[in-house]
Amino acid sequence: MFGYLLKRMIQMSLVLWVVSVIVFLMMSFTGDPVFMVVPIDATDAEIAQARRILGLDQSVLVQYWRFISSLVQGDFGNSYVFRQPALKLILERLPATVEMVLVAMALALVVAIPLGVYAGANPNSRISRIIMAGSLLGISLPGFWVGMVLIFLFAVHWGIFPSSGRGDTVEIFGLRISLLTADGWRHIILPALTLSLATMAILLRMTRAGMMEVGRQDFMKFARAKGATRRDVLYKHGLKNALIPVITIFGLQLGDLIAFATITETIFSWPGMGKLLIDSIYRADRPVIVVYLMLVALIFVVINFLVDIVYTLIDPRIALK
Amino acid sequence: MAGKAQPKLLEVRDLRTYFHTFAGTVRAVNGVSFDIAAGEVMGLVGESGGGKSVVGFSILGLIDSPGKIEGGEIRLNGEDLVKAGEARLREIRGREISMVFQDPMTSLNPLHSIGRQMDEVLRLHSDLDVKTRHAACVEMLENVGISRAEERLKAYPHQFSGGMRQRVVIAIALLARPRLIIADEPTTALDVTIQSQILKLMRRQIAKKGASMILVTHDLAVVSEMANHITVLYCGNVVERGRTRELIEAPAHPYTRGLIDSIPDLSNRHERLQQIPGTVPDIRNLPKGCNFRDRCPRAQALCGEVEPSLTAQRGSLSAACHFPLRPGKRA
Repeated sequence: MFGYLLKRMIQMSLVLWVVSVIVFLMMSFTGDPVFMVVPIDATDAEIAQARRILGLDQSVLVQYWRFISSLVQGDFGNSYVFRQPALKLILERLPATVEMVLVAMALALVVAIPLGVYAGANPNSRISRIIMAGSLLGISLPGFWVGMVLIFLFAVHWGIFPSSGRGDTVEIFGLRISLLTADGWRHIILPALTLSLATMAILLRMTRAGMMEVGRQDFMKFARAKGATRRDVLYKHGLKNALIPVITIFGLQLGDLIAFATITETIFSWPGMGKLLIDSIYRADRPVIVVYLMLVALIFVVINFLVDIVYTLIDPRIALK
Repeated sequence: MAGKAQPKLLEVRDLRTYFHTFAGTVRAVNGVSFDIAAGEVMGLVGESGGGKSVVGFSILGLIDSPGKIEGGEIRLNGEDLVKAGEARLREIRGREISMVFQDPMTSLNPLHSIGRQMDEVLRLHSDLDVKTRHAACVEMLENVGISRAEERLKAYPHQFSGGMRQRVVIAIALLARPRLIIADEPTTALDVTIQSQILKLMRRQIAKKGASMILVTHDLAVVSEMANHITVLYCGNVVERGRTRELIEAPAHPYTRGLIDSIPDLSNRHERLQQIPGTVPDIRNLPKGCNFRDRCPRAQALCGEVEPSLTAQRGSLSAACHFPLRPGKRA
């Protein structure tokens, strides 16, 4: 177990290092950030001075060395625009995004698993056909369109939910959390629903496919021959065996939504990371983009690790090696 | 051998189970009747596709769409299971009637421990507390010849060999002390050396518990060792039945004769192995008259016109044949 963890840590660091190189190179060859900092009428001398202060006059290798050595010390540099630590800027907005994504993923699971199990167990029923048609819509409809329709219906037409912002928040350990206030919940429903639809549809289809395959297995019939209820056969014997691919997709979607909830955040003016990323890209605010991408890489690596652990909890035949 | 006076545990009358497929209706079981007395072992024999397994699943009410029991009665101590609701059937499954499947590699859930899968039966069918159930599982696992049962309960199916898994399946089938066990080709998927071990184990355990058994198999050699009675199925119909000894030594139906002759006889190495010519006819589209006539050496014009019904023959035998065999004569 210890050996496995050590191996995994080394692997994860390696991945993160490669990402840091790619991110750094990409940033070095796209635009000159110095013009974002200096005034439009700056003289050549002023530009050169700004370059020197920002360290942009050094060679690429020296810049990378500075970048990586401060990075491992937890120093990601200051935002060119906000003149604050880039990491702090992102971490301030991280809870909003994570909150929305967690609600979205929970919503996706709660809907997708039972419907997927039902559709897989009764593939020919009318209700299953309706479920599957619905899931096809969920995959096909673009998020920005769904978001706008939801705003039109629930915010503009019926006025049940607010159309934008995050609502009241409570501060816990320095993190601003909105899930602890009723107003926060009212604000999170629409963006979370928008974000969850595609994932919901994918998870539903994975669950159904898995259940259909498991349904043909002898042990399902054997469980029935023991006298188990239909519910036990489907959920205790069937679902567990259909779960591995569902969890794989769940992990990937989770990372994907945290990293790229940008569109939904923009539509609902949700003060999350995604909106910060877009703003930073417009302003060529390199440090922020770099921290963002590194953080996303870290999130994916950690999620993958957790997913592998979950595999072993589900299937005794999978061992940590 | 079971006497005639014993009360019937299971009576199957004119059972018809059909499968409604796109290509037509498959009459997998088409008017099958038989009785089983308490403590009796009945062999249900026939070729692949003869409807043997479907009989077993029909008794437990485990026929899935597009299959359906279209008619007949399955009486367990007088109670008709065809008319019983799903809730009542769930009580009966595992408790009154249990089943052993053909392939032990696939009949256990790979993600649940052996102990949990055994315990499930007791949890469903008894009021025993956790400790008592655990003790019962350990004892049963030892009964089927698995040593270190206590720690084996924590193991998962993939850590067991095929023979061991079938022992576990048998243990599960016996755990709630059912009165009838349906064993569907219980040894077909196992090594020959393991086969006889498993058969002996089943015979011993069933005798010990006083249970009855339906042994579904294509292997006449296996049933001749195990069964008191044999029922031979062909195309979803009973073509012959009777006491094991009489039926094996001198069957009345040419199909049974063919099955017996196709068992390799090691003492007679010079004789070519007999086989039944032709194949089972398309069950969706059965011909008029006797279903076996195209493969039968004794077929005459009458066989193409009238379907023979099951009639009493010598001794305990009944056969559905217009021109039954007489003892000593080969087909």
